[in-house]
Amino acid sequence: MEKVLARGTEAIAEAAIRAGCRLYFGYPITPQSELTEYMARRMPEVGGVFLQGESEVAVVNMVYGAAIAGKRVMTSTSSPGFSLMQEGISYIAGAELPCVFVNVVRGGPGLGDIQPAQSDYFQATKGGGHGDYRLIVFSPESLQEAVELTMYAFDVADRYRNPVLLLTDGLLGQMMEPVSFPEFVDLDSLPDHSSWALSGTGMRREAHRVSSFDMDPVSLEKKNMLIQSKYKEVVKNEILYEEYQLDDAEIVIVAYGTMGRIVKSVVNQAREKGIKVGVFRPISLWPFPYVQLSKWSDQASFFFTVEMSTGQFVEDVKIAVEGKRPVEYYGRTAGIIPTPNEIFAKLMELI
Amino acid sequence: MIYTERFKAPQSLSGKEFSYCPGCHHGIVHRLIAEVIDELDIQGKTIMVAPVGCAVFANDFFELDGTIAAHGRAPAVATGIKRARPENVVFTYQGDGDLAAIGTAEIIHAANRGEKITTIFINNAIYGMTGGQMAPTTLLGMKTTTTPYGRSEKNEGYPLRVSEILKEIRGVAFLSRTKVTTPQDVIRTKKQIKKAFLAQIEGLGYGLVEVLSTCPTNWGLTPIESMQWLEENMVKEFPIGVFVDKVDKVK
Amino acid sequence: MAYHSVISAGFGGQGVMLFGQILSMAAMFEGKFTTWLPSFGPEMRGGTANCTVIISDDYIASPVVDEPTEVVAFNLPSMLKFEKILKENGILIINSSVIDTKPHRENIKVIKIPANDIAEELGNKMVSNMVMLGAYLKATKAVTLKSIEKALQERLTGKKSDLIKINLEAIKAGMKEVVK
Repeated sequence: MEKVLARGTEAIAEAAIRAGCRLYFGYPITPQSELTEYMARRMPEVGGVFLQGESEVAVVNMVYGAAIAGKRVMTSTSSPGFSLMQEGISYIAGAELPCVFVNVVRGGPGLGDIQPAQSDYFQATKGGGHGDYRLIVFSPESLQEAVELTMYAFDVADRYRNPVLLLTDGLLGQMMEPVSFPEFVDLDSLPDHSSWALSGTGMRREAHRVSSFDMDPVSLEKKNMLIQSKYKEVVKNEILYEEYQLDDAEIVIVAYGTMGRIVKSVVNQAREKGIKVGVFRPISLWPFPYVQLSKWSDQASFFFTVEMSTGQFVEDVKIAVEGKRPVEYYGRTAGIIPTPNEIFAKLMELI
Repeated sequence: MIYTERFKAPQSLSGKEFSYCPGCHHGIVHRLIAEVIDELDIQGKTIMVAPVGCAVFANDFFELDGTIAAHGRAPAVATGIKRARPENVVFTYQGDGDLAAIGTAEIIHAANRGEKITTIFINNAIYGMTGGQMAPTTLLGMKTTTTPYGRSEKNEGYPLRVSEILKEIRGVAFLSRTKVTTPQDVIRTKKQIKKAFLAQIEGLGYGLVEVLSTCPTNWGLTPIESMQWLEENMVKEFPIGVFVDKVDKVK
Repeated sequence: MAYHSVISAGFGGQGVMLFGQILSMAAMFEGKFTTWLPSFGPEMRGGTANCTVIISDDYIASPVVDEPTEVVAFNLPSMLKFEKILKENGILIINSSVIDTKPHRENIKVIKIPANDIAEELGNKMVSNMVMLGAYLKATKAVTLKSIEKALQERLTGKKSDLIKINLEAIKAGMKEVVK
């Protein structure tokens, strides 16, 4: 397939359009505004809708509206904007609506800075909004993977009627890399949501009343348990991860997204020196590949987590390892990207 | 015969009994909306966005596709639905807390985009569902559970006149303030609701009807006293009238 | 196995980003793995902009580089900043039209290109980045001139397509300058 040199944010946008997304609502925020701008240019070309909302709060509710109308819809933002969207995401998950979010994470907390970070891990995977709900979270390491995961995210969202988040950062968002785009999905082949979506009764059926609201605790609990059983299916079917040079590894580096890629350079460096290191890279952050990672505790002497935060992702690694082996951590925060040499030096200290 | 014909339930109502307090005007306004939808023959394509507040149950009373938006966000949700399905008729039903406090940004910007949606805005000067707290439209001196000494302009500011703000916004195609305390009021209100829907259907822009309403329970008055109180106090602060009407121009 | 990691750095407006994008695109046309990463961090406010381009026969793990194999410095602050991290025996190409200070290190190869002067001689000050690109190509053979030409055609379309010719002239002039 023909490759194009694409920028991260624009590659994700184009992938969404190819996945059949024809509705995009957004609000400018660095470092993802190029995604919003790309959609503003591109949506009219494909007969889609682009709308810049008055705030992320409004945007997430526009997404709710389009999703409840049964159409593929997406928004993208960066950390502070994603915080503002949490209310809406909770309602979307409660009303069981399929849609796709992109968070191009930057340094926090608060206004923070505009450099790449991974410090929104808790918010993404442990629920940033209220109530018992889950976001399905995918994190790519390259632009090709970002394109494939974006398209896949729409399918997964439809399959489970649940919001899906593509969690990435400014490094991948701003980077350029050759990408081959899959063909456009045939819009007529998209999943049929007519059994629940709001489209007007057409005087042919009972009214569809879809919301996250239920005043009867017994009935709401039943509904919540149904959602939980759906999540069990997600855990069973949607775990994604990559194993890199793990076969004989005595040390397992665990990292995701951008870091999951950078640490492969560390492995290459270490292997030249005869150190048996490999990488376990979760691609789905929720569901987290606990069992798949845990398996390596039989072989590894220790696990080494690297992340662009002060230690969020490492908690899931510890849950997976269950104390069977030491779990070491190295990270930078505030938008500083640990470099291969820096991580390698830390690794040598640990050995 | 004529009597039963006139008073049979509108088709767009579900038939579920209203659960609103005695003397509350939600029921009257619900019925008027349903009658308008029937008369315009749009029941099959109308989608309702209910608010957070007493009308959170409104979906159940209408035989329409519907959802409930987060507090204040109904105009944004309706925008999403309408942009996804421009062939449908979409309306929001919102109270004064929902629309004029927490949802101020959403209502202003939906109106400013000339969003092809309709809003029915119930202004009863108080938060009903949460138990009688101050609303942005609470009158000066009025006692509520969060203004136990009466609303003071020094502490809480003045009652917010939403329609007077919205009338300056160019995306608005129909805008009026009305009440439903007398039969004449009811007839006028219905006409205005119809126009607010026509503004959308004819693609003219955003339509909103503000209805001054009672809340006997939280006002601590009987239904009849409430109507008198509304006439004597609310109408002074919130004058009745049509602020924008681009529907008539077209006709 | 061929591997190049180059940092192109200079003032905003000197075309350092385009330098990298054209190079990266040319590598893509040759079926190579490549990444283009713009600068982040305080250096953006320090008056310099930079990007890192990697060209490799193998999958590129880290797009972030500790020790670039080459540095192309368009101005003095960039040279001072990136000379330090250049790999041993790496190539430092400096824009001698604006940099009159000598690099400090002995264990690197230095190529001086009066890019602004050459660009001015060609009649367009804006193409100094392409003069530098020509020098880079000649010095590293990272990609072929043919691929660069294709990248220029891909990148400069519409009204800008008139500029392909002068850009190519600049690249060739830069190549020649290395021979001298």
